Amino acid sequence: METKLKTPQPTASGCEGCPMHNAGNLRKLGVNMENSDFVIALAGNPNTGKSTVFNALTGLRQHTGNWPGKTVTRAEGGFSYGDKQYKMVDLPGTYSLLSTSLDEEVARDFILFGQPDVTVIVVDATRLERNLNLVLQVLEITDRAVVCLNLIDEARRHKLTVDERRLARDLGVPVVPTAARQGEGLQDLLAAIHDVATGQIICKPYRIKTESQAIKQALATLVPQIEAAFPGLPNARWVALRLLDGDERLMQAVRQGELGDLTRPEIVSLNSPTATANQAIPLEVLS
Amino acid sequence: MTTLSSTANPNDILQTAESLRWEIGPEFHEQLMEGIYTEATHLADRAVTRPDEKPRFDLDRTIDRIVTSRIWGFPMMLLLFTVVFWLTISGANVPSAMLSSLLIDKAVPLLHQGANWLSLPWWISGLLIDGMYLATAWVVSVMLPPMAIFFPLFTLLEDFGYLPRVAFNLDNIFRKSGAHGKQALSMMMGFGCNAAGVVATRIIDSPRERIIAIITNNFALCNGRWPTQILIASIFMGGLVPAYLGGLISALSVVGIALLGVLLSFVVSWGLSRTMLKGEVSTFSLELPPYRPPRVWQTIYTSVIDRTLIVLWRAVVFALPAGAVIWLSANITIGGTSIAEYLINFLNPLGILIGLNGIILVAYIVAIPANEIVIPTILMLTVLVTGVGGGAGAGVMFELQSQADTLALFHAGGWTLLTAVNLMLFSLLHNPCSTTIYTIYRETGSKKWTAVSVLLPLAMGFIVTFFVAQIWRLLAG
Repeated sequence: METKLKTPQPTASGCEGCPMHNAGNLRKLGVNMENSDFVIALAGNPNTGKSTVFNALTGLRQHTGNWPGKTVTRAEGGFSYGDKQYKMVDLPGTYSLLSTSLDEEVARDFILFGQPDVTVIVVDATRLERNLNLVLQVLEITDRAVVCLNLIDEARRHKLTVDERRLARDLGVPVVPTAARQGEGLQDLLAAIHDVATGQIICKPYRIKTESQAIKQALATLVPQIEAAFPGLPNARWVALRLLDGDERLMQAVRQGELGDLTRPEIVSLNSPTATANQAIPLEVLS
Repeated sequence: MTTLSSTANPNDILQTAESLRWEIGPEFHEQLMEGIYTEATHLADRAVTRPDEKPRFDLDRTIDRIVTSRIWGFPMMLLLFTVVFWLTISGANVPSAMLSSLLIDKAVPLLHQGANWLSLPWWISGLLIDGMYLATAWVVSVMLPPMAIFFPLFTLLEDFGYLPRVAFNLDNIFRKSGAHGKQALSMMMGFGCNAAGVVATRIIDSPRERIIAIITNNFALCNGRWPTQILIASIFMGGLVPAYLGGLISALSVVGIALLGVLLSFVVSWGLSRTMLKGEVSTFSLELPPYRPPRVWQTIYTSVIDRTLIVLWRAVVFALPAGAVIWLSANITIGGTSIAEYLINFLNPLGILIGLNGIILVAYIVAIPANEIVIPTILMLTVLVTGVGGGAGAGVMFELQSQADTLALFHAGGWTLLTAVNLMLFSLLHNPCSTTIYTIYRETGSKKWTAVSVLLPLAMGFIVTFFVAQIWRLLAG
């Protein structure tokens, strides 16, 4: 088990621990998103239904279109769930985060520098293989993610079965099957977002393993240096890979010390073998 | 923990990375991508069970074979768009007439009665009712019905997944014109709104091709210009043939203008990529999304609420002050002649030279903030100059109950078929609206390219209408 599942807390009424209790509490706040407790980024390949998920949760009616490249700018909206306020940012759909076009940069910069509390990656269940490329790249950058396995109705129509539990185990993050157009699975998605945001689920994201020997050696030299300079950086390995690739934006971030702002002390303890789930819960949740 | 530790400073890290990069060699990026793909395949294989049965009849692929075929692709495209415009034009007449009888014939006398009862001075009731209210009422009755039909239909095509197929069909021509194939997609957005189309060019990576796409986006007819095209086509082109063919001919002439716009974006892209913006064409892969049955009611709801009402609201917001300005300019006189007449008389020689008239040129100046108010402005000014107001004061639009009345008004204003054709051409070829101009400046960050995007279509508009007028007059003798 790489994802630590929530154990229901016994409560006075017994109701609050049940997801159905919170389900009734979704309030779509539209563009009203002041005082949000958590920031949620919405990433994914083009045309996987990100905007549909976004609209369903925020109650906004950003126009959705059946074609790739519909969203090239960020759209923001808010919702409240349970007793928390969420701000959701809909990023442009991209196939990867490695190239140089403006839409990919917008998405990459937000996931890296915007430090969302949870990144929801919307994937097309009928095209899982291609969509996982982006998932793997996002998981290199952030360790707080939820995979939204969207268009599951279309997958059923094509007689595809996706074993979301196996996928969740492999990826190390929650995987929630949804059919956002029909509103199916959105409650589970909200519950997963809530649990990751509040630290009740600690993700242990899959990291790419099959580098060549040369890259492995280079990483062995570079990663410790980066970790020494920016202790607590949650994605030193990814930063190293980007530097080796000659990514101008990342080199600039290293030079100007921007990376220092991305460090999260509480994550350090997560990586140490003695860490327990309680220690890893972000401090703001405990207060 | 934001302070840097002393054990490694940023420059050391960059230097280490630099030297390691040399050791790894140039295939690093490819190796990395290959690794990601391999692992993604592996993970997907573990999770997905495919049906054992043989691939069944694939409806999507069959439809794609037809709508993107070399032979049927273009005719299908023309047919679909003609049907959309035909439905719009033939469906909009009746509700338009009803709205104008309600908002103008019935409401204006009532409002005047109310103003009399309050004993408002004539210039206040004139400014408010004959200026601002009438302009707004005109915008609503002219624009609301066609938009309420056109946008849902267009959105249904979009939701069904047809637009990427159009992009696929056009890709080859775009590449031959030296532009990026994705320009077809930003052009599709431009058919809704050019400002949105300009923002949509962000999907194009290469700056050279992106600027081409931005400059040529204006050749995609936008929301604000469809009503002009549809109205002029139904009044003039539809009137050329027996009534039962009217709708079809009007629809075909609107499609013709839209196609001319597409053709011109090819021509201009070709010209730019060989002069100011030389360079290689980049390749890209375009994903054809699966066809999805559109959710009809929801689409109609969102496209009526989001697009129709938003566009209408924008038009109303600009029509209110424009109505006031027009009424004032028609009622403030210097030496017995109103300001509007001075302006019209000043621009009239130029207008006549290019087969238009002074009123139309003034309307295009008034309409720089929003193309939506071109037709109402033309109508108001024509009433003013010809005095066909039926007793109404200067700058007051009289009641146009039907298209026949509108036609009679245009005839009184000296309009011919040439004026109508050239107005349709000029509506396609003139400067973008101020919102789009601002968006272009924001996206390119360059005054030079903004100026090119504004002046190039305007110059083309003058040249095209000039030659059409000269040749027309030569042939008509």
